[in-house]
Amino acid sequence: MPVTKQPVDNGVNVQALLDARQALTDAPAGAKFKWRAKCEWVRGTHSRSTIENFYGLGDEQKHRTKFTYEADHPEIFASEDHGATPVEIVLAGLASCLTAGVAAVAQNRGIQLHSVTATIEGGMDIQGILGIDSDVRNGFDGIKVIYDIKADATPEEIRAIVAQSQKRSAVYDVITNPTNVTVEVR
Amino acid sequence: MSHCLTARSIDHVILERGEVANSWKTERWDSLRLLTPNWMSRLPGYQYEGDDPDGFLTMPETIAFIERYAGAISAPVRTRTRVTSATRLDDGYLVATDNGEWRCRSLVVATGACNVPALPPVAEALPPAIQALTSREYRNPGRLEPGGVLVVGASASGTQIAEEIQHSGRPVTLAVGEHIRSPRVYRGRDIKWWMDAAGVLDDRYDEVDDIGRARNVPSLQLAGSKDRRTVDLNRLTGLGVRLVGRLAGIADGNAQFSGSLRNQCELSDLKMNRLLERIDAWATEHGLDGEVDPPQRFEPTRVDASPPLGIDLRRGEIRTVVWATGFHPDYSWLQAPVLDRKGRIRHDGGIVESPGMYLLGIPFLRRRRSSLIDGAASDARDLADHLARYLDHRTVGSGA
Repeated sequence: MPVTKQPVDNGVNVQALLDARQALTDAPAGAKFKWRAKCEWVRGTHSRSTIENFYGLGDEQKHRTKFTYEADHPEIFASEDHGATPVEIVLAGLASCLTAGVAAVAQNRGIQLHSVTATIEGGMDIQGILGIDSDVRNGFDGIKVIYDIKADATPEEIRAIVAQSQKRSAVYDVITNPTNVTVEVR
Repeated sequence: MSHCLTARSIDHVILERGEVANSWKTERWDSLRLLTPNWMSRLPGYQYEGDDPDGFLTMPETIAFIERYAGAISAPVRTRTRVTSATRLDDGYLVATDNGEWRCRSLVVATGACNVPALPPVAEALPPAIQALTSREYRNPGRLEPGGVLVVGASASGTQIAEEIQHSGRPVTLAVGEHIRSPRVYRGRDIKWWMDAAGVLDDRYDEVDDIGRARNVPSLQLAGSKDRRTVDLNRLTGLGVRLVGRLAGIADGNAQFSGSLRNQCELSDLKMNRLLERIDAWATEHGLDGEVDPPQRFEPTRVDASPPLGIDLRRGEIRTVVWATGFHPDYSWLQAPVLDRKGRIRHDGGIVESPGMYLLGIPFLRRRRSSLIDGAASDARDLADHLARYLDHRTVGSGA
């Protein structure tokens, strides 16, 4: 019986992305985006961030709905643990960004994904944030991401997808390269 | 191009700001040899005929090769004639030089891709006590101060310069961004032999996936040397060179390196292995497997678990920075609306939008081979054909 090759569908509209790439090559001003979040202190180390609006394609844009993220610290920090710690949210951001990239790159390369799981861990010596040792940085001393991917592809092809995803990832860039941060009080 | 124009009886002149082979004479470091083996030094109607086809020309030998070619084809070169502007006229171009004006019906821009060093913006923040020079200004390690050297960029220039500076006893730190690893010799043959034979160098500009990207990929990490050695990051690490990520910033005298080194090396290893797979498949298909050494895969690039993310440049550990970060072309003299927003000439395989204007001698102009001396012949032939048709058409048109 003849085998019909199923079209690859990872749920990524690559054509729309390629079209956008072409359109923004011709009109680079539209490529300037501003991503925003609003964060409200609740109590103790508990805060609530909301994300709704952003700017891009030359205009104000809106998510389909308002997204809310609780952040807190665990009880061993004498907190009430109403949400993930901010550094865990950073890890989630990195893993989500890389995983979205894996899907998009795989789609673009005609590779069907069956499952993609990222396990991510960031090491931190909290002597930094506690001010015990000024030689210890506040942030991660390293981040490790491990992917388990089932796909119709060779191990080499899968490694290439994961590598390309890092190359094109915004959060990966944010974490691996310095960024100027300005914090003001009004 | 001159050879091809002469063969088509097209009257022309070559304007050269300095002497024949000027950039080879003035913009290369002392130990540099061509990255292509001698047998590949082929120009239209002329080629290397020495007794070391697998060797690599030194700079003096390269200069002599090009000078002999200019003589052999009686190229009508006006030396010491710097073009200051080229302006489009109704029926051609007005070319102003520091040595008089020329009017021409057709203009071939062959000024190369390497006119202005492409320094990253962070270069401005380098502490003034540090000696800084570009790969074009670099001559040999003896001219550098004693002490540590930061080489920024790990393509062909950066890796070669890092190797010889490390040998001079100055400890080298190499900042590694995007790069492409390659063995010099694979299965007993030069990698360029394989790329030539297997048709990799004949990949066409209008057939590759993304020509914009293909034109911007860094040069292969290759060196020309007597012992035909591979100069990849593993070799440099073995010599004691310290690898760090791409130079991402300099803040308060601190050089900051990207945490992306591992992925840059992974991308490079994967890319190399794809090339080797293409070569192996070609070798099998063409029955070469019995003739050459068996396929080989190389140890992945070794990267420390935690490469340094910063170096305090005021501490004295680093005395010199060598920028091996590539070059931009300079078309500031070109008064015609042919540049894109990044200052590159818009063209279709060297045929510029402006009638009668052609571009020659940039990476992947028409083929992957275009960036090599060996690529000039086929590109010049194609463009000379187009140019001849253009002039014929114009002559007929103006006679009507």
